[in-house]
Amino acid sequence: MRILIIEDDDVLRDGLVVGLSFAGFTSEAVATRVEGEAALEAGGFSGMVLDLMLPDGSGLDLLARLRSRGSTLPVLMLTARDRPHERVAGLDGGADDYLGKPFDLEELAARLRAILRRAEGRADGRIAWNGLVLDPAKMKGEIAGEVQTFSPKEFAILRALIERPGAVLGKSALEERLYGWEDGVESNTVEVHVHRLRSKLGASFIETVRGAGYRLAPPTAKETA
Amino acid sequence: MSIRLRLFLILVLATGAVWASAVVWTRARTEAHVERVLDARLSEAARMVVSLIADNSIDLGAAAGVMEGAGTETAFAPAADYEHRLSCQIWSVEGGLLGQSEGAPDGRLSSNSSGFSTSDVDGQAWRVYTAEDPDLGIRVMVADTRAMRENLVGSIITALVLPAGLVLPALLGLIWISLGRGLAPLDRVARVLSNRSASDLTPLPDEPAASEVRPLIEGLNGLMTRVASARESERTFTAFAAHELKTPLSGLKTQAQVAAMSPDPATKDRALAQIQKAVDRTDRMVRQLLDMAAIEAEVAEAGEHPASIAPLLADVMEDLASLARVKGVALHADLKESCVLQCSRPLLLGTAVRNLLENALAAGPQGSEVTLTMHAVEEGRSCAIRVRDHGSGIPLDELALVTRRFVRGRQAEGAGSGLGLAIVDLAMERLRGRLSLTRAEGGGLLAELVLPCLSGHVGPAVPDLQASPAK
Repeated sequence: MRILIIEDDDVLRDGLVVGLSFAGFTSEAVATRVEGEAALEAGGFSGMVLDLMLPDGSGLDLLARLRSRGSTLPVLMLTARDRPHERVAGLDGGADDYLGKPFDLEELAARLRAILRRAEGRADGRIAWNGLVLDPAKMKGEIAGEVQTFSPKEFAILRALIERPGAVLGKSALEERLYGWEDGVESNTVEVHVHRLRSKLGASFIETVRGAGYRLAPPTAKETA
Repeated sequence: MSIRLRLFLILVLATGAVWASAVVWTRARTEAHVERVLDARLSEAARMVVSLIADNSIDLGAAAGVMEGAGTETAFAPAADYEHRLSCQIWSVEGGLLGQSEGAPDGRLSSNSSGFSTSDVDGQAWRVYTAEDPDLGIRVMVADTRAMRENLVGSIITALVLPAGLVLPALLGLIWISLGRGLAPLDRVARVLSNRSASDLTPLPDEPAASEVRPLIEGLNGLMTRVASARESERTFTAFAAHELKTPLSGLKTQAQVAAMSPDPATKDRALAQIQKAVDRTDRMVRQLLDMAAIEAEVAEAGEHPASIAPLLADVMEDLASLARVKGVALHADLKESCVLQCSRPLLLGTAVRNLLENALAAGPQGSEVTLTMHAVEEGRSCAIRVRDHGSGIPLDELALVTRRFVRGRQAEGAGSGLGLAIVDLAMERLRGRLSLTRAEGGGLLAELVLPCLSGHVGPAVPDLQASPAK
């Protein structure tokens, strides 16, 4: 899941990027409203963590503009101003959730997962497909009665595929999910992680579509979730 | 003591003094007048008796008899009080008593041969007029008593003072009531004030008031407005400070969690480095908050002393040398002339310059240069201190805003607290100086402080100070 972080404090921004990566999120982080708007323009984000007070304007203004364009991007507002009426202003201003500083990294990740899955129309945190029950909160999956754990990068790819099962995701789209990791994306990274996923989930769980990319195999009849 | 009582006493004392002096004056005047009138009467009566005798209108012997018989049954008695007030003795020149009126003392009234005299006969003081007629060989002495005269003056004075004495309580009452009414506007203000709670800083009701009270009300309202705005800014400042501290705290917490969760030592080390950075920054912010509070709390101290600027700047340069080394920015000072500042707290200038230099060091890219210069301007009446960096500068539209508290420039990237320039601005206000920010030629920011200083105290400064990055 690729997240846009707009936060002007560089220490916090860095902490968010690294901390959320532990929870399986890939993030792009910017410091100002202008940069944030440019990043949103480019698109490709599943959610946004937005600081209320930015050096060049209010996060609420950015949010208002985003919503006026009809975007339903899940937004979690992050701010030092967390008195009740300020929370109300944030939520009414279009934020899906509101977290006061300082916050707990795990809570932030959990709230992000919650608003993301609600945006996908799911209430249950777990996602099931073809015999795999995936728990994004724990970055674990259960398949054929066996618990599998995934590395953050493996999880990012699996998560991307399972969001829209059956749809083909190109290599570049998957790379985008991995973009932002500090070690960069090497050309074979996607292949390497898909290979590891196949060894954990079974060789036929992920299909390769020649020249197009990858997708999850359709479920076998008895294992429909 | 209440103003009412005070005024009352003043008025009573003043009125009493005026009355008392009027009484004294009247008494003196009356006495003199009565004396003159009665003396005239004495001499007139004496001459009358002499002329009667001279005309042979009365026989002395018979007259003596008449005089003896008169008095008790005389029809001519003007008033009981003044009966027998005149006594008459007729003496022969040889010294024999020829006759006397009833009520006259037995002793000789006067030893004078003629004219006015005062004598003491039979224990009573007498005023005597002696008329002598050498032809007849008689001396006629007419006298009245001092006691009678004093009694007369006394009753005149009593007649004057008594009604006034009766009126006095009424007058006092009137004064007391009038004072109460006159002071009512003040009472109203006092009542309104005493009914308010200590935290109520709304202006007093704007009702028509006496011209003496109006400045008081206006003064109070002005004061309350100032207190309210000071309190408001304090509240805003505290709230802002609390909020502003939350962001670095949040960074600290997040990085601490990252360090705790990180799977590999490299990530952990990086997080720890970030924590150190956040602690440094929070420390600076707290220091700036304290600086700000200290400058704000600064009340003008009584004594202003001349203080040379150069040593102050030298101290600041020394403090920042290590920071400059860490940043890899060369810090140069060019203090050609040292000015002398006349102020109570020269250290404020050190705080201001330190903040400017810290900003400049933060803005300048590695390998660039920050210069601090000082020279006299306005014919030595002012001193200009300039800090110039080679950073990206402040966008024109932000120049006016950056001296506000907690306002960070777009290019500051959250590195500062947003307080530095606000501190400089506040310190300049206290030092009667001014801060101006301009874009330097060739890029970067030029911050200039212009301070009034003692003219004629411009001299060569301390030797050049240099703090260069470690080679």
